[in-house]
Amino acid sequence: MRGTTHALGAVGAVAVALAATGCGGGGSSGVGGGPGVLSSSWGDPQNPLEPSNTNEVQGGKVLDMVFRGLKRYDPKTAQAKDMLAQSIETKDSQNFTIKVKGGWTFSNGEKVTARSFVDAWNYGASLKNNQKNAYFFRYIDGYDKVHPDSGSQSAEILSGLKVVDDRTFTVKLNQKFSSFPDTLGYAAFDPLPRTFFTDHSAWLSKPVGNGPYTIESYTKGSQMVLKKWDGYPGSDKAQNSGVTLKVYTDPNTAYTDLMSGNLDLTDDVPAAQLKNVKSDLGGRYINTPAGIIQTLAFPYYDPAWNKPGSEKVRTGLSMAIDRKQITDTIFRKTRTAATDWTSPVLGTAGGFKEGLCGSACDYNPSQAKKLIQEGGGLPGGQVKITYNADTGSHREWVDAVCNSINNALGNDKACVGNPVGTFADFRNQIGQHKMSGPFRAGWQMDYPLIQNFLQPLYYTNASSNDGKWSNKDFDKLVDRANAETDTAKAIPLFQQAEGVVRDNMAAIPLWYQNGTAGYSERLSHVALNPFSVPVYDEIKVG
Amino acid sequence: MGRYVVRRLLQMIPVFIGATLLIFLMVNVMGDPIAGLCGERACDPATAAQLEKEFGLDKPVWQQYLTYMGNVFTGDFGTAFNGQPVTELMATAFPVTIRLTVVAILFEIVIGITLGVVTGLRRGRPVDTGVLLTTLVVISVPTFVTGLLLQLLLGVQWGWIKPSVSPDAAFGELIVPGLVLASVSLAYVTRLTRTSIAENRRSDYVRTAIAKGLPRGRVITRHLLRNSLIPVVTFIGADIGALMGGAIVTERIFNIHGVGYQLYQGIVRQNTQTVVGFVTVLVLVFLVANLLVDLLYAVLDPRIRYA
Repeated sequence: MRGTTHALGAVGAVAVALAATGCGGGGSSGVGGGPGVLSSSWGDPQNPLEPSNTNEVQGGKVLDMVFRGLKRYDPKTAQAKDMLAQSIETKDSQNFTIKVKGGWTFSNGEKVTARSFVDAWNYGASLKNNQKNAYFFRYIDGYDKVHPDSGSQSAEILSGLKVVDDRTFTVKLNQKFSSFPDTLGYAAFDPLPRTFFTDHSAWLSKPVGNGPYTIESYTKGSQMVLKKWDGYPGSDKAQNSGVTLKVYTDPNTAYTDLMSGNLDLTDDVPAAQLKNVKSDLGGRYINTPAGIIQTLAFPYYDPAWNKPGSEKVRTGLSMAIDRKQITDTIFRKTRTAATDWTSPVLGTAGGFKEGLCGSACDYNPSQAKKLIQEGGGLPGGQVKITYNADTGSHREWVDAVCNSINNALGNDKACVGNPVGTFADFRNQIGQHKMSGPFRAGWQMDYPLIQNFLQPLYYTNASSNDGKWSNKDFDKLVDRANAETDTAKAIPLFQQAEGVVRDNMAAIPLWYQNGTAGYSERLSHVALNPFSVPVYDEIKVG
Repeated sequence: MGRYVVRRLLQMIPVFIGATLLIFLMVNVMGDPIAGLCGERACDPATAAQLEKEFGLDKPVWQQYLTYMGNVFTGDFGTAFNGQPVTELMATAFPVTIRLTVVAILFEIVIGITLGVVTGLRRGRPVDTGVLLTTLVVISVPTFVTGLLLQLLLGVQWGWIKPSVSPDAAFGELIVPGLVLASVSLAYVTRLTRTSIAENRRSDYVRTAIAKGLPRGRVITRHLLRNSLIPVVTFIGADIGALMGGAIVTERIFNIHGVGYQLYQGIVRQNTQTVVGFVTVLVLVFLVANLLVDLLYAVLDPRIRYA
């Protein structure tokens, strides 16, 4: 019987331990509610919340509330407007003098000065800090020293940045880039307070910025409570008293919570709910263009896709895709058939040109068949569209695109999908140049400029030119456009460059992606900005 | 008894090493973690190389494994890609999942065994048939269907509960998720208890106990139940590990930020450190739970002796 009592003791001890941990976990207060406070769905940010390290929308949401930069993109028109910048002057599109407005402070009382910007940019560019947005500073002189392509850095700070006085600093670029001031609305260019550098870990657990909201509490992985900052000096003061961001693993749960009144706003309506959304929410559903375009890119390192006549095959494939039908049925109009290589959020003034693609993007089976034959037929008799199968329900549309191509060409085996198990593996294979045919490529803009839709994707050896397309005419036109001091003159040059992309069908444009959101009856004035992030400061509660 | 426990503990070592090595290798073939870390836009080569060095991914896999295991024994489970130490993630995730598991196990024990006894004693009666049919339905319907259905009915239609669990995940909020998580096992526990009771009811010692004139309640609890519970205890013990690791679906439906949530995110984001760390702890939970079950046998059945 001795053994028996021992065993009982062991079991008892475990039970006590379980009970203890169980009780210890509870405690802290519930959902941060209260009048004037709204709750919104959120995803756990992938990276620490440093402005120059946040390149996805969930972290971007917070930065947009907590920070204000030199410029801010108008939530409606996407135009870059002065925020903290008093003036940004240049004579040669290469040397800029930036004056910061007075009267701005961080929420901890520290003044926003020229140094707040210069220090932040130096931190972001420096290789040793592993910042994912470092490449945003690549046009600043001295970037190759602080962030070399290989090896270790030979300088700590960008030689192109100079603080002149408390509120003035100069920027020297390593090339002419006329739209540089318009890129400064991106979060990577936000100013940072001294505490960011002096007490980094404390700052990360509760970031301090200069935006209309301050962070009240942050429980990593589950929720963040933001309060309106009453001392905010800007004109875009928050219209509500706070926002509680709640992390959801599954957008379906967020949607269910919205239905039951447990959540005020979800900015990701799951695909499965799109057919009910009208009856569930009525007018409380938003479906507006976001700066995202989906394309099919090609492997130009593969000679089969890079020989004379290939452009006819690519154009033929483009004409074999019935975009309208796919966006209407599969995506329920949360995508719009693409007719150029940019995005409607740019507006015609910003360089969006509807129909630039022309007949090459119109569904025309007979012409498609003809062009592919003229171009020497499909390489290997079949195209395989490679995509990652783990996220974003890509299978549905790839299958639909293939169906459309097969029907147009009257050949059941003309096109098949080639799923890759995980996104990381997909990126890996792209990086190692293992693509044998077209592959899924999506582009979310960094800043609403036509330059951003063209240069990073199609310029020779550009950062996101995954297919390694290279065309001298295109490069020349982009260089000329960047050197043009007058934006109104630069845009037609960019559009000319886009014409080169079209004539070679460097990538097949598929559709523009929309941002979707649903909200509760308590809210009004809800809108999504061009980055498909809700414009929180404008939302009114009650 | 003591020697038995020591032997069992020693046996755990190779199992533990084998299991962690397997998961380490499996996670490594999922693809380049740095590619997952950087997301839709590939990091520039310099940053990628730097990150690889920082996470020790530039070394051969065996060396990575050894370093990792060395660190684990000093209590360092590495850093997740979002900059948080994995131990910090565990400190927030495990209490939540343990609470959920406790709720589920309680449901299994209380409802499962009670139903099992009732049906076992009334074999062939309408109660028995009814419960059998119900358990059959519960077993055949996948958990996510039960979960979503209950969430929709109780949360949205009738408004009895909140459809999602708050970050605190107090016991009260975990009742419905716990019931969903326990549902299938609960049905099995019912059926196991029922069969076991029904069999032992006819055994000699029960007849003797009744013949001695013992009250019916005493016969059932002290004699019949104690002897019938051995297979049930084995099942529930093994289920503790399964419930903790297998709560991914339930945790996702009710938005519970526990182990399942961290594992899911770790896998989706290719975060080797998180996945290996959590699985290592789950392996330990499995091993300890199994040992406890074996020790419990001796409590329930004095004929079983360990030397």
